[in-house]
Amino acid sequence: MTYEFIPLLPFAAFLILGLFGHWIKDRAHLVAVPAVIVSFILSVLTFMDVAGGRHTSIPLYTWATSGDLRIELGLYVDRLTAVMLLLVTIVSGLVHVYTIGYMQGERGYARFFAYIALFTFSMLMLVMADNFLQLFIFWEAVGLCSYLLIGHWYERPSACSAATKAFIVNRIGDFGFLLGLLLVYLTFGSLEYQQVFAQAPDIAKETFNLLRLIGGQWEVSTLTLICLLLFMGAVGKSAQVPLHVWLPDAMEGPTPISALIHAATMVTAGVFLVARLSPLYSLSPAAMDVVAITGAATMVFGATIALTQFDIKRIVAWSTVSQLGYMMMACGLGAYAAGIYHLLTHGAFKALLFLCCGSVIIALHHEQDMRRMGGLKDKLPVTYWTFVIGSLALAGFPLTAGFFSKDEILVSAWSAGSLGKLLASLGLATALLTAFYSFRLVFVAFWGDSRVDPHHAGHVHEPSWTMTVPLMILAVLSISTGYLGISAFLAPAFPGTASESHHDSPIAIGIMTAATLMGLIGIAAAYVLYVKSPGLPDLLAQQWQQLYRLSFNKWYVDEAYDRMLVRPTVRLADRLWSGVDVAVIDGAVNGVARAIAWGGWLMRLVQSGQTQHYALGMTVGAVLILTVYLLF
Amino acid sequence: MSDTALQTSGFPWLTAVVFLPLAGAVLLFFVKDAAVRWTALAVALADLALSFPLFFLYDRSATGMQFTERVAWIASPPINYAVGVDGISLPLLLLTTLLTPLCVLVSWRAIETRLREFMATILVMATAMLGVFVALDFVLFYVFWEAMLIPMYLLIGVWGGPNRLYAAVKFFLYTLAGSVLLLIAILVLFFQGGHTFDILLLSKAGYSQTLQNWLFWAFFIAFAVKVPMFPFHTWLPDAHVEAPTAGSVFLASVLLKMGAYGFLRFTLPMLPDATAAFTPIMVGLSLIAILYGAYMALAQADLKKLIAYSSVSHMGFVTLGIFALNAQGIEGALMQMINHGITTGALFICVGIIYERTHSRMIADNFGLANPMPRYATCLVIFALSSLGLPGTNSFVGEFLILIGTFLWNKAAAVVASLGVILAAAYLLWMVQRVAFGPTAGHSALRLSDLNWREMTIMVPLIVLVFWIGLFPNPLLKVMHTSVDHLIEQEDQEDRALARRDAREMRERREARDGHVAQVSLKANNK
Repeated sequence: MTYEFIPLLPFAAFLILGLFGHWIKDRAHLVAVPAVIVSFILSVLTFMDVAGGRHTSIPLYTWATSGDLRIELGLYVDRLTAVMLLLVTIVSGLVHVYTIGYMQGERGYARFFAYIALFTFSMLMLVMADNFLQLFIFWEAVGLCSYLLIGHWYERPSACSAATKAFIVNRIGDFGFLLGLLLVYLTFGSLEYQQVFAQAPDIAKETFNLLRLIGGQWEVSTLTLICLLLFMGAVGKSAQVPLHVWLPDAMEGPTPISALIHAATMVTAGVFLVARLSPLYSLSPAAMDVVAITGAATMVFGATIALTQFDIKRIVAWSTVSQLGYMMMACGLGAYAAGIYHLLTHGAFKALLFLCCGSVIIALHHEQDMRRMGGLKDKLPVTYWTFVIGSLALAGFPLTAGFFSKDEILVSAWSAGSLGKLLASLGLATALLTAFYSFRLVFVAFWGDSRVDPHHAGHVHEPSWTMTVPLMILAVLSISTGYLGISAFLAPAFPGTASESHHDSPIAIGIMTAATLMGLIGIAAAYVLYVKSPGLPDLLAQQWQQLYRLSFNKWYVDEAYDRMLVRPTVRLADRLWSGVDVAVIDGAVNGVARAIAWGGWLMRLVQSGQTQHYALGMTVGAVLILTVYLLF
Repeated sequence: MSDTALQTSGFPWLTAVVFLPLAGAVLLFFVKDAAVRWTALAVALADLALSFPLFFLYDRSATGMQFTERVAWIASPPINYAVGVDGISLPLLLLTTLLTPLCVLVSWRAIETRLREFMATILVMATAMLGVFVALDFVLFYVFWEAMLIPMYLLIGVWGGPNRLYAAVKFFLYTLAGSVLLLIAILVLFFQGGHTFDILLLSKAGYSQTLQNWLFWAFFIAFAVKVPMFPFHTWLPDAHVEAPTAGSVFLASVLLKMGAYGFLRFTLPMLPDATAAFTPIMVGLSLIAILYGAYMALAQADLKKLIAYSSVSHMGFVTLGIFALNAQGIEGALMQMINHGITTGALFICVGIIYERTHSRMIADNFGLANPMPRYATCLVIFALSSLGLPGTNSFVGEFLILIGTFLWNKAAAVVASLGVILAAAYLLWMVQRVAFGPTAGHSALRLSDLNWREMTIMVPLIVLVFWIGLFPNPLLKVMHTSVDHLIEQEDQEDRALARRDAREMRERREARDGHVAQVSLKANNK
């Protein structure tokens, strides 16, 4: 089985489009789409290959050697990799097809295909990495693609700012990742997964004095420290609190990449990281708690903000933040299989929701504000019905894929100790919010009277088949992925997962019922507020003005960062530049030069050429010498 | 060690490589006006072609100098014309021969006055720089070291910007002040080290701690000014801003490496005890340079100053790696020297290209270039990403090895250095955002033309190197291994006891693990 070709084909497509895109122009999809489709077919074969539980390592080449360090790049394929490969190639393939319609006639058509091909390659390499460094390299590479694609419409200042912001925020997370990587190397003497995992149990008791430098004593488990540092990277990439700020802004990019990168694949890399490194995380309860609590906080936080936004893409983006929180929480509670299961179903229904948004946006000539939508359900029937399916799955409506995976998370959480019970309750509460905001979007955008700009209202119609067919396929996946037994398939890939037999217990049934009820209440509430009595939301917003503003302004996190981090940094740079570099250091340099020049001028005075000056000098000198001689 | 003895091999490769540009410079005065550019380019390319085989002929397994030549120059005191390269100087030599033709191409149209003299100066400069990297006699080294100042002074002072005299004089006096101490140090070494100027013999002589300390600071001033290390860096932005593009490229890509090369060639092997004693200070200054340079870059409105300060930050990484005093740190530093030469040189070329079109280096005057100049914007983005150390590009390899080396030496230092990586992303991407992206309105009247064939010829080899080194760094690292290992062996190991203990623990773990892994893989196979 030639696993190498799975990432290589998109890479070849990228190279061809990158070098010859200028000539290929609007035929770019003829290069990119077949490459991804063949990758998908190979991924299916790979999946069948490893379904029996086999795992394979394929060495590629020696990247670098130095001293004791030796880094070999290679591919690693097991069940976890295989399902990720399927997710990436399916969503990427559908997004490629969708892009043909969405980006039609755009100037950067070939460039766009080149970037998504590069992204697909990088993401595939990321999930197939067999060592930490390779993971990091492609971790950054997908970040680069995200940067380039967010800034695709580079003439828009908002898109450029969003791109830069995404990169820098991720860099902050990657600062931790890089240090974690160094600590892994120092501790294990290797960066290869299998060697590190094999040694991990022996290292578990080692501690690390954080305050050694200043003579203090603060022993921390080395493994916990490693896990937390690596988790910093995951927090950045998967938009967890407090590094979530870049993801909503990333919606400045074209919608297909919001679906591919900022919903289904790249942003889930953080969850994948924790799952892939589960042999390490499982040995560090403290790190696991941090992961779980961060995930839960993000879950609640994202949902509260999604409640009040008006930009349809941003609502879906905030819901992505919230859903990533669910996955992270699941991993933190040891339910890796449930987390990855939700990652997959979410990949399907969230990509669907984004692509539906894209279809609406195209139909309305780049209108994203749902206050200027309404009544679209008759004009865009395919989009409407697929959107409803996606929203039902997001809301956890029974029999959709989202229902099964969310339920899996909540049940596993409930059985994971007292922290698990607390977080599971939060998860239930968030399920209500999720159902509410997703159907708020459905009702406001698709139901009611049309508030569409009259100029465009006349010719709102469904997009071409290249866009609607991917929607239909994803809609099918949004339901069918719930019936494939993915969770049970994945469970053996992870250490010490809680026993899988708890599904028939009364508690599991109780949670299932509660979650279903929460979803129904949320949908009903949205129906009451936005269909039955449309004046009510404004009234409530008036009533709870403080809370409303907090949610609408995203808890003022951006403003706080700007005031506490961004502006002080720039101000410090300016101050250091004018106050230290120019004034003190260069001042001293120029001062030395001036002092020497002044000394020269002083000496020049002595050289006056007048005899009486020299005579005076001689006399004074003679007197001085005589005085000194007589006195001492 | 007998392998360090100088033996003259057959063809005088190094002499040919070093002096071919000088001969070319003389030749330039005998050709027609129209042929000046092409002659200069032909000479530079011939030199590149001549130096290229060295990479393949170099024996990666042998320690000591290779391609050595030695001819008596002055009998008393015994000064020889002795040259040779090892794994430390060979990459730098190749970097220099690679950049020379690019500098000629960069100046193709940019230089309008005294073109003949300009091209001659460039070629003389090349000879001087190459000489520094191959000299094995201290006096010869010093001659090249000082000779380098004159063409650089002329490049800035004659073909520079409006404030060129201030910048040229500042550059000259600043570096000369450092060199004087170097000269004194050389004389002291001559008398204390057995009346020889042979660098290899002097490296093995051994000196008292007190003498080493004095010499260390003399060397330090000379090399720190060149690197430049904080707080001796303020000549650099001025020199860069005023220098013509080719001058900036030589300055950033090669001249700055001389200081770091000096540390590696003299300070570390000759003064191991002093090096051990002062390492914390050197690391401290390097860390300051990394963060301070980055902050300075963040505050700049002038593209050249921004890149000049980013050089301060990047060279901070180089000195950090050197004084980590382990294989990863030093090889990382060497990689970073090469990478900085490629990437920063390319960024200066990018600035030069835009200056030729808009006649402004200010960020505020150059915006939205991606639309009229897509190829240019692509190059700028690639080099900016390389400069901020994106994995997959060349700079990541160097930074990563340096961080590993530093981490083995002191974890806190590595943490501080890593912060520089975040800041680098901030100032470079902010620059890219302002220069390459955004609306284009203001420029429509100027009708900016995209890169022409000549400019693409300059960019393409640099881009290829960025990714080639980034993806396949091992061939280059292999050139360095034996020389760096040899250098570390010479170091007094005492103060590195900690690092060595770590290394030993690691080895033990690895041995234990290998047993374990063997079992694991057996299991895997059984499945």
